[in-house]
Amino acid sequence: MTHPPHPPRWPRALLAAHTAAVYLFLYLPIAVLMAFSFNRARQTAAWEGFTLSWYGEMLRDERLLGAVRNSLVIAALATVLATVIGTMAALAFAPAGSRPRRGRGATEVLLLLPVILPEVVLGAALLTLFGAWRLRLSLATVLIAHVVFSISYVALVVRARLAGLDPALAEAARDLGAGSWEVFRRITLPLALPGIAAGALLVFTLSIDDYVVTSFVAGAGATTLPLYVYSLLKAGVTPEINAVSTALLAVTVALIAAAHRLLRHEPGSAG
Amino acid sequence: MAESPEHEGAAAPPPRRRTAGRRSGPPGGGWGSRLPGGGWGGRPPGGGWGALALALPAWLVLGVFFLLPLALMLGVSGAERGVYGGLRPVADLAAYLRSGAFLASYRQTLQALYLGIAWRSLWMAALTTGLCVAIGFPAAYALALHAPPRRKGLLLGLVVVPLWTSFLIRTYAWMFILRSEGLLNHLLLGAGLASRPLPMLYTGGAVIVGLVYGELPFMILPLYAALERLDRTLLEAAADLGAGRAAVVRRVTVPLALPGLVAGVVLVFVPSLGQFVVSDLLGGAHTMLLGNLIQNQFAVARNQPFGAALAFELTAAVLLLLAAGARLGAGRAAGAAGAGAGAAGKAANEASASGQPQRSWELL
Repeated sequence: MTHPPHPPRWPRALLAAHTAAVYLFLYLPIAVLMAFSFNRARQTAAWEGFTLSWYGEMLRDERLLGAVRNSLVIAALATVLATVIGTMAALAFAPAGSRPRRGRGATEVLLLLPVILPEVVLGAALLTLFGAWRLRLSLATVLIAHVVFSISYVALVVRARLAGLDPALAEAARDLGAGSWEVFRRITLPLALPGIAAGALLVFTLSIDDYVVTSFVAGAGATTLPLYVYSLLKAGVTPEINAVSTALLAVTVALIAAAHRLLRHEPGSAG
Repeated sequence: MAESPEHEGAAAPPPRRRTAGRRSGPPGGGWGSRLPGGGWGGRPPGGGWGALALALPAWLVLGVFFLLPLALMLGVSGAERGVYGGLRPVADLAAYLRSGAFLASYRQTLQALYLGIAWRSLWMAALTTGLCVAIGFPAAYALALHAPPRRKGLLLGLVVVPLWTSFLIRTYAWMFILRSEGLLNHLLLGAGLASRPLPMLYTGGAVIVGLVYGELPFMILPLYAALERLDRTLLEAAADLGAGRAAVVRRVTVPLALPGLVAGVVLVFVPSLGQFVVSDLLGGAHTMLLGNLIQNQFAVARNQPFGAALAFELTAAVLLLLAAGARLGAGRAAGAAGAGAGAAGKAANEASASGQPQRSWELL
């Protein structure tokens, strides 16, 4: 007599096939896009031979390069500002487990709201504000918007990291005579650093990829990369977009890989 | 001071050197706090005012550029549209309020045309969510319970990576595949399965495909986290007690994975509801969603009061959904989605862990 296998399972083969299909679904469209950025054909999806000419066209596109510059400047500034402000906000929180303090809830809600709110609502609200102030839409308004939606992410990520740390370490440092500044600089900050780095990376990717909010608050001459790509998409599909997409994906993957290497050796995860 | 440091316990080492239990806070400020008790909140210089000083920049920036705009927009939603697209000035505010005219824009949102758009947004978001559950649950199940432990990190990382790549480009990929001269039509025609290009792009179906494609990882991750933590001995026990395969899944696995499921549903449904990029790029004239409608009022139609009213209705819907989700069990269950991020983090490193653009609300 035989027992049923433990634990009872779905037919494994079926599940495995389904899962493989899911990965195919996630990656095939991107792979196709990349492959066709090397296709000679301009209009059709027929393969007419290998070419790098779309990349050449991309590199000669002044407006594209300008948009990339704008995006990089905005993303860099937004990353610095949001990381500093968000990290500070996270540090202001009580250590997990201590008795809740008055006002902590308010700050918590304040930090959560920008994340919860649909982007379209945030964009419309900021446009309303800038309109009321008769502020000319420019790269500055874009930067403000990006900082606004990024602070929360940094604060939440850093806070999660802080909550996962062992409080005994700070206590030990204090017992050994370290002042609060010293504890902060030599214990808290180094241990929080992976979280801060993760938050910064997150801001950079959010900023450089944001279309929705940016579309509301960017004026003429403040075209960012997503805005430019969007205008290309609305105008119609061209092989140049495939090249731009492939380049962007390559840069993104390289960045993730670099970040992965950098953060890999850190013990523990705050996730 | 009633606060005795000794009671803070190990989680919050008592402040030893100074300012124990001193209160600080802005004059009359409701959020004023005691010191971060010397734990990981750290106590950077500034003594009792440290905590306030630390959170102050965030309050300033978000106060001026987040809360104030929302308040302004609330005001705008009650205003009347001027002739040239601006706002009509109100001479007598009291009379204006009494007349109920400030609700005009909200009344306008109840017209059949707009209710239709709201309804379409709802069911498209619901359909997207349903498909994500149907596709994501088995995948998450296989990942959590069947994948070889050594491969789990890689497999989970592969679910996270798309979230880091440009959303626009991932949507564009489907334009490239679905358009009349696109890859799919090319293949169909080549294989003789179609005699002329099928119209696939600019349809409701294309929007659904794009939404599911974009949101699927947000369903898989929290489900994975919930299933991963599931105690396998319970499954064995159920089987030993005579439950069949289907019964085990239905009566043990699914109920135990419920927090993850609820989190996934919220994470997918809410963004789908406010969507406008996917419907704008992949959809046609008949797939206008709430997000498009709102964007239109500000960008094209210049009817800000109406757009503002719609924005607040969308916000209200989202908040209601979140509350319902929290109530249904996502709530304290360590915010199953938060655990999702955590699980992903172990696998795909910390950076990716938090790498859920727009979805960190799970830390709620």
